[in-house]
Amino acid sequence: MQIAVTVNGRLHERSVEPRRLLCDFLRDDLGLTGTRVGCEHGACGSCTILVDGESARSCLMFAVQADGAELTTVEGLAPDGGLHPLQAAFREAHGLQCGFCTPGILMTMLPFLDENPDPDEAEIRTALSGNLCRCTGYQNIVKAVLIAAGVATNGESSQ
Amino acid sequence: MTTRHFGAPVRRNEDATLLTGQATFVADVRLESMLHAAVLRADVAHGVLGAVDTSAARRMPGIVAVFTAEDLGEQWAPFPLLVPPPPIAGLTFNTATHVPLARDRVRHVGEPIAVVVATDRYLAEDALAEIVVEVEPLPVVADIEGALSADATLLHPHLGSNLAAHAVQQKGDYEHAYSRADHVVSRRFVYDRGTSVALETRGVVASWDAQSSELTVWDTTQAPIPIRNALAARFGLLESQVRVIAPFIGGGFGPKVMFYPEEVLIPWISMRLGRPVRWIEDRQEAFFATTQERGQVHEAELALASNGTILGARDVFLHDTGAYAPYGLTVPINTQCTLLGPYRVPAYYSEFRVVFTNRPIVTPIRGAGRQHGVFVMERLLDFAARDLGLDPVEIRRRNYLRPDEFPHNHQIYFQDSAPLRYDSGNYLPALEKAADMIGYAEFGARKSRARSEGRRLGVGIVSYVEGTGIGPYEGVRITVDPSGRVRLATGVGTQGQGHFTSFAQIAADHLGVAVEDVMVSTGDTRHFGWGTGTFASRGAVVVGSACEGAARAVRRKILALAGELLEVAEDDLRLAGGRVHVAGIPERGFDLGELAVRANPLRGAVKPGTEPGLEATSYFAPDMGSTASGVHAMVVEVDAETGFVDILEYAVVHDCGRVINPMIVEGQVQGGVAQGIGNAFYEHLDFDEEGQLLNASLMDYLIPTATVMPKIEVAHMETPSPLNPLGVKGVGEAGAIPVAAAFAQAVEDALSDAGVEIREIPLSPERVFELIQRADAEEGP
Repeated sequence: MQIAVTVNGRLHERSVEPRRLLCDFLRDDLGLTGTRVGCEHGACGSCTILVDGESARSCLMFAVQADGAELTTVEGLAPDGGLHPLQAAFREAHGLQCGFCTPGILMTMLPFLDENPDPDEAEIRTALSGNLCRCTGYQNIVKAVLIAAGVATNGESSQ
Repeated sequence: MTTRHFGAPVRRNEDATLLTGQATFVADVRLESMLHAAVLRADVAHGVLGAVDTSAARRMPGIVAVFTAEDLGEQWAPFPLLVPPPPIAGLTFNTATHVPLARDRVRHVGEPIAVVVATDRYLAEDALAEIVVEVEPLPVVADIEGALSADATLLHPHLGSNLAAHAVQQKGDYEHAYSRADHVVSRRFVYDRGTSVALETRGVVASWDAQSSELTVWDTTQAPIPIRNALAARFGLLESQVRVIAPFIGGGFGPKVMFYPEEVLIPWISMRLGRPVRWIEDRQEAFFATTQERGQVHEAELALASNGTILGARDVFLHDTGAYAPYGLTVPINTQCTLLGPYRVPAYYSEFRVVFTNRPIVTPIRGAGRQHGVFVMERLLDFAARDLGLDPVEIRRRNYLRPDEFPHNHQIYFQDSAPLRYDSGNYLPALEKAADMIGYAEFGARKSRARSEGRRLGVGIVSYVEGTGIGPYEGVRITVDPSGRVRLATGVGTQGQGHFTSFAQIAADHLGVAVEDVMVSTGDTRHFGWGTGTFASRGAVVVGSACEGAARAVRRKILALAGELLEVAEDDLRLAGGRVHVAGIPERGFDLGELAVRANPLRGAVKPGTEPGLEATSYFAPDMGSTASGVHAMVVEVDAETGFVDILEYAVVHDCGRVINPMIVEGQVQGGVAQGIGNAFYEHLDFDEEGQLLNASLMDYLIPTATVMPKIEVAHMETPSPLNPLGVKGVGEAGAIPVAAAFAQAVEDALSDAGVEIREIPLSPERVFELIQRADAEEGP
């Protein structure tokens, strides 16, 4: 099937098999490998991207379902080669270790912060609950999101 | 020299690459004309393997080749034993290692039988369904305790039994200790299996280049150099013809140290077909094909004086190695050694049997058997304290080794075949600190108050030690690049521990450069070809010490050359800001890049006895590991109606010697605790009697999420190790090790009026509920 998808502001017109997963389309067909695949059954959240501004799991969508949609992947967060403030907050708070789950978490927290500019810790934890991280224990991820929201300042301990 | 970076919470060098999606993981490698592999796996746990008919699969669209054991020819051979056993007197050790593809027999669900190679992964998976496999089922050895019974079916008939190993280690005379004990506690403990769940599954991409006769393999391994050496040996290549790259790895936790079938098959297929081949494990495969850990059954005993002093300990246990035992005795020996903990145990008798079962293979996972030892000892202490009317904190205090008792020789062998000897430690202040952090002294009042409101709170506080930083060795090469930046290469792989930063911190201090100007390369055998890998909490200790040696040597070269060129004494030179200059005259000197060019002249001679460049390689080989330690404490609330346990507070006092980067160390501890909490309460591999795993998905096998994790408070203590120049000890596994013991104590405390005793891990809400019901029933109406 022929599809037209805008990814990070750039239009891609491709022919894809109807069964092709959106995550495979992004990674293997478009070479946008920043979107990670951790489980292929919608449980881990590593493959989360934005579809028309909303978080979505790219392993639970077929590429053909994205026809006509605007997608944002982690590569589109900071197009200038620097870091988006959310990314900078993750570095500041040591909110990542192996970094595999991180793009999915960023793409989950981005719309969350848009809708909840002043979140408390419990709200952040609830919003994170669909993303698995095996390295950090989440504490520093929560701290990073608080920093990004301006609730905590750099260097402030979350303890 | 300034020590600005060592010990500082330096932000990580690797983060920007990871945060922007630019980091290359194995699954991101894409090569021209690359093929895709999928693996057919056994769907029964035990059976005689008959014909494997691949003819229909070969006719499917896009299929390039299908391989079975028969096609491997001389490449079909059992894998080597990865870790030889220590020289324990009277040891029985029956080697049975896994094979690349099953032949004649399958021994666990998920054992590989055939590999399909296609132009596309989807097509490869389609063809898997068309392979017809004849299997004559055999009775399944599903549980540890049945494995050695007389009527158990043998997994490896040539061994004559399902016994993989039997070992006894002892010190002192336990029988004598028992005979003069005032009190003896004996219990049976069961610890069951979980799995590592690195978010990145395993994967291999291999490319054989016929023009250069070179094999390049991208591999999710924690040990790229041993993999390179093994592949070269298997394929009859020089080690220089094989390059193994462990790029960014999405979590290791131990199982990625193993040498797996796909790590041989995919490179072999690439050589055979002359095209690059990629195989990425899917999540379901990871539940069978990646190694697991933790099945043990203990019958343990502690003999004490009436004042709570330990006179001796006795432990006899079974350890489940699964269908094969490629990793030697690492896990049960860790259990055996770690049981002794931070305590003075004058007499110890420890005996274990390792048994084969029709379950996936067991190799170390973060903690690597230490959890079991800590659980058994800490539980026995808890029961003894209760019987003797002592506080759990007090009984530990009475048995700790004192600072003047180090080095302390336990007179048994550790996993690295070196004697179990603690280099240093200072345990009591850690206990007091943790008790303080969790509010232990006031907890009784808090608990009573909560109980009067209908809530059940409990507190747990336990100790552990961890042997870390074992040999044999690692190396580091440091080079000042003409750009002025510093290149640092080491052979170990990295899986998120912050190596790009911690190693850079050590080098930056000696060379007077910024941490971000030290470009660290890990896990690429082309960049550094000597070493073993990242395991046993050894990176910071062994590689870090090699960094120190190499950085000092490069510093000496810089000072010698600059001194000569500037005609000043070396003592009058300063290294700072990426420059070497005369003290007090910053403009009189060289940028390091410029000096690097001077050290590599195009004309003129490099003097005899010297080497070109500002470069040095250093190795560090510890005789034995350094012993880290700590105390974990938690407060829980148990809902007796549902069995659910909420961890309200969590405190860790950790002593890993000198800390290179406290931010990274805290991250390691927090993550370890999360894995420990999973192990204690959420995670359990549920096998049925036929050896089938019933919860092989992340919907059914639960790892902790952000909503169930408590905030973890971490305090550092620094008792430097005398065994390495940095004074450091390992920290990677520590967080995970004592969690189950603390959890059990806390849950039991919360249910103290219900008379529940916890002797098993993992727990679950259902299981806690059952234990409460059983205690109620025993108590009667």
